[in-house]
Amino acid sequence: MESVVARAAVWLAVLFIAIMASAVAVDSAFAIHMVIVALAAFIALVATLRGANYSAKAVASPHDPSRYDDDPIRWGMIATVFWGMAGFLAGLYIALELAFPVLNFGEYINFGRLRPLHTSAVIFAFGGNALIATSYYVVQRTCRARLAFPGLARFVFWGYQLFIVLAATGYLLGVTQGKEYAEPEWYVDWWLTIVWVSYLLVFVGTLVKRAEPHIYVANWFYLAFIMTVAMLHLVNNIDIPVSWVGSKSYPLWAGVQGALVQWWYGHNAVGFFLTAGFLAMMYYFVPKQAGRPVYSYRLSIIHFWALIFLYIWAGPHHLHYTALPDWAQTLGMVFSVMLWMPSWGGMINGLMTLNGAWDKVRTDPIIRMMVMALAFYGMSTFEGPVMSIKTVNSLSHYTDWTIGHVHSGALGWNGMITFACVYYLVPRLWNRERMYSLRMINWHFWTATIGIVFYASSMWVAGITQGLMWREYGADGYLVNTFAETVAALHPMYILRAFGGLLYLSGAVIMTANVWLTIAGRLRIEEPLRSAPHDAAADRPLVATPAV
Amino acid sequence: MANKKIDSETGVETVGHEWDGIEELNNPLPRWWLLTFYACILFAIGYVIVYPAIPMLTKGTEGLWGWSSRGSLAAETAKAEASRKTLLAQLTATPIEQLAQNPELMRAAVSGGKAAFKVNCVQCHGSGAAGSTGYPNLNDDDWLYGGNLKEIEQTITHGIRQPGDDQTRPGALMPSFGRDGILTAAQIQDTVSFVRTLSGKEQASAGSARGAALYAANCVACHGPDGKGNRQLGAPNLTDAIWLYGDSRDAIAGSVTNAHAGVMPAWTTKLDTATIRMLAAYVHSLGGGEKFGLTPAPASAPTSAPTSAQAAAPAAAAPANAKP
Repeated sequence: MESVVARAAVWLAVLFIAIMASAVAVDSAFAIHMVIVALAAFIALVATLRGANYSAKAVASPHDPSRYDDDPIRWGMIATVFWGMAGFLAGLYIALELAFPVLNFGEYINFGRLRPLHTSAVIFAFGGNALIATSYYVVQRTCRARLAFPGLARFVFWGYQLFIVLAATGYLLGVTQGKEYAEPEWYVDWWLTIVWVSYLLVFVGTLVKRAEPHIYVANWFYLAFIMTVAMLHLVNNIDIPVSWVGSKSYPLWAGVQGALVQWWYGHNAVGFFLTAGFLAMMYYFVPKQAGRPVYSYRLSIIHFWALIFLYIWAGPHHLHYTALPDWAQTLGMVFSVMLWMPSWGGMINGLMTLNGAWDKVRTDPIIRMMVMALAFYGMSTFEGPVMSIKTVNSLSHYTDWTIGHVHSGALGWNGMITFACVYYLVPRLWNRERMYSLRMINWHFWTATIGIVFYASSMWVAGITQGLMWREYGADGYLVNTFAETVAALHPMYILRAFGGLLYLSGAVIMTANVWLTIAGRLRIEEPLRSAPHDAAADRPLVATPAV
Repeated sequence: MANKKIDSETGVETVGHEWDGIEELNNPLPRWWLLTFYACILFAIGYVIVYPAIPMLTKGTEGLWGWSSRGSLAAETAKAEASRKTLLAQLTATPIEQLAQNPELMRAAVSGGKAAFKVNCVQCHGSGAAGSTGYPNLNDDDWLYGGNLKEIEQTITHGIRQPGDDQTRPGALMPSFGRDGILTAAQIQDTVSFVRTLSGKEQASAGSARGAALYAANCVACHGPDGKGNRQLGAPNLTDAIWLYGDSRDAIAGSVTNAHAGVMPAWTTKLDTATIRMLAAYVHSLGGGEKFGLTPAPASAPTSAPTSAQAAAPAAAAPANAKP
């Protein structure tokens, strides 16, 4: 009872502070954000009071201690699918804005504001929810323990959704720090810090109360992801707010130091959010779906430590040929090159886990997605070190090649492995025999794969075209092309890219329908994916039948 | 590790842990993986030795090869400048009138001018040099100040209406006939009717007849009795289809009411002689360039016309300047 009073008091205080901050806000965006915070605090207050056990009877806990604590995971699956759709749709729209600039209507949905909405929605909303939900699932199963701090675990889920809503509405309202992948302003950063530290507590708390003697490899990766993201987020967002009731702030770091801190953050967001976190998903769901042991324990140790040690230094390769001192550029490049094999360690361990189960690639569309995800992971983690080499970077930097590289990783690796996990988890979390339709998973696999091929190949062509046109000198030693001419040359590639995005989005629509119908309890009666034809009548040796 | 067992599918021993049914095999590190990893580390060590790499107290190590990004840029720039040196010297030494006699030099000048145009000129004249309202199209053969190489070079060098440059294109100021009350609104409409008959945009009418008289009284001094303009003054030819500020009744009435006086920078303050020659050669090559001595009709018209027009110009401009 006391804890209910305390929690209600906290939410009431947040509610009052938000309303007052909204009233005295110095800019309208901050006022709108404080109204959103006030609404969220009001909902939390009502939920706290309604959930209280006023009669103080010894009722059985609604959470059966003999079962895993799966509620936040179920919410997380729905949030993953929802934000995925939002992020892919925004991506398709901004791809069309680049191909057809006439689509940049008004101030709210022009490319400049929608682009961070797209990147944050897919990385932090879609990817982040998938990571939180799967980490809750995996840590409980591999520790044989229920989540520590169940209330905090729920706060992490809902607090993270509030972070997403504040970030996304902020972008549309023009609130931004102007730092790639770290666009939310100071107060949203503070909120995320509270949520993230709570997440760390829930995760570490569960590890501490584990019933297994050892910590499974997936949990090393989840822990590395949670801790490093916390550190990156804190250092990159040290800002001085202009006003305590306004949305604008200025970073402490300035000039080239600011750029280096930003790309130390930005590159390790890729390294620890999109690589370490998703490798954690891979390390649990691939062996589970394949029903096979992990290929090599030793490889997992070596590549884990090599990966997290090397990744953190690779950020300066985003600043080749800039004001960054040469020595720091060298550092960024050589650490990226050394990172190649540690990255591939995860791919090898994932793919080789299928030893003895390769036939499932033909019959199990979820395994097929996992294999494709690992293939794209391997491809982008090879492409990355290549692009970090200064000679290559002098061609590829600032071109669409970078966009192609990011998307072969994001669509191919992060997207595909997440879809596979959703398909693995949804039937188990809602107690269904299987997904509504395995054939729809197969359709999703193919639309997504073909979409990625269109996306990545068009951006490779566009990037190399751009790079070559920018640096093209005529026989007399003068530049040949204007910037506008290079843009015109890319137009067909931009249309192909948008088409690839449309295919990828179509696949996600199929997934949404499939997940929806599975949760609704429907089961599609369908032929299994492959049944080799068998004709019993013809199944006999060819011998002359004696005449009767 | 008491629970070690042999995996039946692969014949490899497990390490003996199990989590939620997941076991791990005790496979060694793949040899090719390990060797490639070592090779990458060796490459990194070698790279760090020969390139700037290790931060020291005041600055980083410089590397055995002494490479630096600033040095590399300076070397590349010097190389590019050296490769252009002969061409630039040749261009500086060759008066633009003689450029056509050296086809190779002309071709190089046009190519260099194309690049310089993209940096310096596209902002106003557009990337295809087609201009826009108020900024002349350089692809056609209609020239306000003359279209042979020498004339184009002078326009680029000294600009148009640039105070402080005594060789700038003077561009006589057309009076703002409406704003300054020289003509009434009705008179301006009549003048517009007449002007539009010159290029066949309108049929002759009572209005255009009245306009003809107004034209003779107010416009002839600069635009000439036949409306073909005057290049000494930058007065446009009114008989062709090319209209810098638009050919609609409204646009022309606007020009008569509030006169335009376009300007262009004197590029001699920013570009060297050779680059200006290249730009002139490029603009000349776009399609409308004129040959030397081939002065078109309006300028070759009565030799006295420019003189009288020059004399008239200050007079015509006077009312505009006199009134605040």
